[in-house]
Amino acid sequence: MVDLNRKFDVLVIGGGNAALCAAISARRAGASVLVLEGAPKFYRGGNTRHTRNMRCAHDAATGILTGPYPEQEFWEDLLLVTEGQTDEELARYMISESKDILNWIVEQGVRWQPSLGGTLSLGRTNSFFLGGGRAMLNALYLTAERLGVDILYEAEVLDLEVDNGMFLSAALKQGDGRAKVSAATLVAAAGGFEANIEWLKEYWGEAADNFLIRGTPYNRGSILKMLLGKGVQEVGDPTQCHAVAIDARAPKFDGGIITRHDSVVFGIVINKHAARFYDEGEDIWPKRYAIWGRLVAAQPDQIAYIIFDSTVVTSFMPTLFPPIAGATVAELAGKLELDPAALEKTVTDFNAAVRPCTFDHTILDDCRTEGLTPPKTHWARKIETPPYYAYPVRPGITFTYLGTRVNRQARMVMKDGKLSANMFAAGEIMAGNVLGKGYAAGIGMTIGSVFGRIAGREAAQHARN
Amino acid sequence: MTVCNSCRYCEGLCAVFPAMEMRRSFSDGDLNYLANLCHACGACYADCQFAPPHQFDVNLPKTLAIARAESYAAYAWPRACAGLFENNGVVIALIASLSVAAFIFGFSVFNEPRALHGIHTGPGAFYALMPHHAMAVLFSAALLYAILALVMGVRAFWRDIGEPVGMRADAPSLWQAIRDAGNLRYLDGGGVGCFNEDERPTDRRKIYHHLTFYGFLLCFAATCVATLYHFLLAREAPYAWWDLPVVLGTLGGIGLLIGPAGLLAANWRRDPDLADQARTGMDTAFILMLFLTSFSGIALLLLRDTAAMGPLLALHLGVVFALFITMPYGKFVHGLYRFVALVRYARERRMMGNT
Repeated sequence: MVDLNRKFDVLVIGGGNAALCAAISARRAGASVLVLEGAPKFYRGGNTRHTRNMRCAHDAATGILTGPYPEQEFWEDLLLVTEGQTDEELARYMISESKDILNWIVEQGVRWQPSLGGTLSLGRTNSFFLGGGRAMLNALYLTAERLGVDILYEAEVLDLEVDNGMFLSAALKQGDGRAKVSAATLVAAAGGFEANIEWLKEYWGEAADNFLIRGTPYNRGSILKMLLGKGVQEVGDPTQCHAVAIDARAPKFDGGIITRHDSVVFGIVINKHAARFYDEGEDIWPKRYAIWGRLVAAQPDQIAYIIFDSTVVTSFMPTLFPPIAGATVAELAGKLELDPAALEKTVTDFNAAVRPCTFDHTILDDCRTEGLTPPKTHWARKIETPPYYAYPVRPGITFTYLGTRVNRQARMVMKDGKLSANMFAAGEIMAGNVLGKGYAAGIGMTIGSVFGRIAGREAAQHARN
Repeated sequence: MTVCNSCRYCEGLCAVFPAMEMRRSFSDGDLNYLANLCHACGACYADCQFAPPHQFDVNLPKTLAIARAESYAAYAWPRACAGLFENNGVVIALIASLSVAAFIFGFSVFNEPRALHGIHTGPGAFYALMPHHAMAVLFSAALLYAILALVMGVRAFWRDIGEPVGMRADAPSLWQAIRDAGNLRYLDGGGVGCFNEDERPTDRRKIYHHLTFYGFLLCFAATCVATLYHFLLAREAPYAWWDLPVVLGTLGGIGLLIGPAGLLAANWRRDPDLADQARTGMDTAFILMLFLTSFSGIALLLLRDTAAMGPLLALHLGVVFALFITMPYGKFVHGLYRFVALVRYARERRMMGNT
């Protein structure tokens, strides 16, 4: 049983990769540490549950990485995906620290494996967790427990007592009552607000009701909201979130990676009026991956359908939900409850615009439409071989960009520009400092591990002084 | 498994997932192949973000454990004996008891009443109770029957799972499978050890299984050496403590005491979510049979110069006889089917060009 009357050196709020790295790093630096995870034990770890790899810089190939990934290349990739919306000093510091994380995280019990099937494009840059994100979490929790870190589950924090940028205590829910826990320092690693539909509605309106959330329902952003309310400076665009197109039949929460669809390039995408609305052949994976969530969110009722025919049905990874099939385009439209005539016209118009070409889905090939609006600029082939198939898709929200501003020590910056006396942040709650826009595979975990480790170390040092 | 095949996070844990990824749909044979390829280490359950209480309710170790047990019955030969896998624990216990009783009864009927409790020493002492040729004929027949039934079962299994590959196994695949089975490569949770009670890999099943398996092999070797002694060198049992059959049997017997005891304890502690709850009797029965074999054998060795020798010999022979004839109808078959699955896997990997 955890004694909540004692004063801890470091209080970590959150239970994912960043939180555990902070807890382990603080404990290894000699601090007493309490971790408050708001979710039940099975759902511990927030979005980390659904991750599978981490992007770290390295100067040479390793047993699991196929080649070097220099710091400069990492930085250029980050600049590309964020379109400059990043804090260069912080980002470059994170990238240089990421090199050592490759080894440090292994010392904490996490095991690597070569890139998974179907992800060869990441084999050089990203290290994959053996067994995935939950295996990584299990290893980190085991290490934390062995080191003597106290951990409470279903420990929802209701309020933070902060005086002029100085953390004093947290009030947490304990059964029907409340308990107060004091600590010399705070590490906030409690994620974003992607599962908080009401909050999402502030920016997206009623459309947010049709969003599916890819992670657990516990990513409600309550700690983020409290901190911003207590004078911490915000960073990142509050209106933005990372959204991909996922199967509309997925559960509202926690469908994870298996609900995504990457079949857009093999067909056409239509809305509920059976009309196309965007160039399905614009770009290659993974760049195209992240735009379709937002595109579908902008369509009526936030629903769209990927339409393809039987010639491509084995061209992509097997999907959890089978495609909906129809012997004719009209029959398929009927099953999707769309206007058959409208869908037939869309398909016919598309087929008429397809030009002869050499198809190659691994490059930007020369298969494109002519005289069609919007065009399909690559990988355009006729949809004419029955049976015809469809995947219904909706926006699947992965994470949000709004966060708390921090410095190199992961210390929070207050609205007046002063540093907080004893509050640190790590992981998605401060990711917006580095990742103001876009996404590169595995970078969320890099942010979590690097800043988690730093935050824990700095918090422990502050607590000792 | 649709969930597994579209997730693939577990790919590095064991052979089951790469084998699964080579297929987009699964026939019954495929399912039985995967089920027997699974070593029940539990890692994919502890690592799965979609395990219960998640609504996707993915529990591969349990699903495959059930499929595995069903496959044992499906390939049983003759077909009429498939039913023995139902309530297997009771069936095995019954056969073992009857077998022991038969030996005690036999000893009493064919010998003078005093002989069972008499003291017999020196070469040929055992054969005072049961003539050697009777023993040899009886046990050879039992063993030959067991081998026949096992071969027929394996044949049916190989046909069912190997259909797209063909009937022949190539030597490198066989050798790979021997190594993978010999060191229980896939009973390690992907490197950290097995999961048994919870998400912490603390289990020692691999060590206990090694003790059991190699103990069993040593005991079997002891029997073979003794047979050769008898027929080639005309040296009759019992042998001195330093003689090869006794040394092999004793070492094997010790392994076969500690191993099954450890496995049984691990089974009792196992998270019920991981196990095929309806069929724990099959595991327990086989483990107990092995334990009783070594226990009665070692007791016989220690007390062979006393009046207890007769009853102990009856017990030991009864248990071994029951072990032989129930081999094709109990947990023993897991080793064969798993080995065959490993051969198939090694072969598949070679054909895919990435050993």
